[in-house]
Amino acid sequence: MTDIVKKAYAGTIESSDVYVELEPNEAGLDIRLESVVLSQFGDAIREAAIEVLEQFGVRNAKVKIVDRGALDCVIRARVEAAIKRGRGE
Amino acid sequence: MRRSLLFLPGNTPNIIINGDALGADAVILDLEDAVPPSEKDAARILVRNAISLMKFENCEVIVRINSLDTDYWKSDLDEIVPLKPDLIMPPKISCADDVSIIDSYIAELEKEFGIESNTVKLVPLIETAMGVENSFQIATASKRVSALFLGGEDLTADLRCKRTKEGNEIDYARKRMVSAARAAGVDAYDTPFTDVNDDEGIFADAEYAKSLGFTGKSSISPRHVAAINEVFSPSQKDIDHAYEVMEAIRIAKEQGRGAIALHGKMIDAPIVARAQQTIAMAEELLLMRGGRNE
Repeated sequence: MTDIVKKAYAGTIESSDVYVELEPNEAGLDIRLESVVLSQFGDAIREAAIEVLEQFGVRNAKVKIVDRGALDCVIRARVEAAIKRGRGE
Repeated sequence: MRRSLLFLPGNTPNIIINGDALGADAVILDLEDAVPPSEKDAARILVRNAISLMKFENCEVIVRINSLDTDYWKSDLDEIVPLKPDLIMPPKISCADDVSIIDSYIAELEKEFGIESNTVKLVPLIETAMGVENSFQIATASKRVSALFLGGEDLTADLRCKRTKEGNEIDYARKRMVSAARAAGVDAYDTPFTDVNDDEGIFADAEYAKSLGFTGKSSISPRHVAAINEVFSPSQKDIDHAYEVMEAIRIAKEQGRGAIALHGKMIDAPIVARAQQTIAMAEELLLMRGGRNE
């Protein structure tokens, strides 16, 4: 099983963290991103999230990301945690 | 060399990402008490990513996993062992069997991930009355054990007494654990001084721990790190004396003399050993300071 079966989230909106919320979706990845550094790092954040979603075989999901200046390793960790929770692992 | 070991909560990115810059010789990324049950999974992933993707150039990394009586410890090791942190700290270790259980599981993971056998080392956390009494057996239960670590808070709960700033209630445990660790040939680390606002108290507590033979001391606050580093570093006077001792030894050997005195005091084997330890530590500190400012 690779798709998200239930709404799940990981992370916080504290400084240097990122809040990631996943919900089941019918078709494709629908990513909404808010970030304090959107203009500078928006593409990199989105790219990191997509990489982790692909790594775990998630093709269909609504993804809400609220970034508070998280490092790449934190973004990847929160997306992974949200995926695992969304799958009920 | 680990003079100071600083606990950092494992699910708090803004603290972990600064861990390298807080002056501690080692940071302890905590998956246990600092993380609520609902966040154990997320913390484990975060700590794994932090270790694998961040550079901790100025400090060692220790991971405190969850205790054997939880459902988390194996999952913690699954994620952390492949990254080969400097040490893994299993909490609430009360007997040699506790170490053996963890040792066996780590051995399985080392084999699975192609890591050389016994690469991953342990610093068992002694924080029960049974653990204190079994300190030596714990320290010698596995080749992986490279140090013992005293946890005063849980210990006093187990002893059914109040934890005080003076620490009389943990005095026996401190002495027994240090003696056991030294008998086993491993290091000993002291419990944190928990009043983070007492800048004088930390000096006194660290001085006392050092006087008992502890290798270093832990902290729950970055504010205490500098004091701990200072206390557990040799003073310039100690270093000068150590070099004097070694020079006296060299001259005596050249002159074929057996009995050696310095400033009217006999130099015997323990004094030489202490001088060698002081010089080794001073040289290591010098190397470390090349990489960071203290």
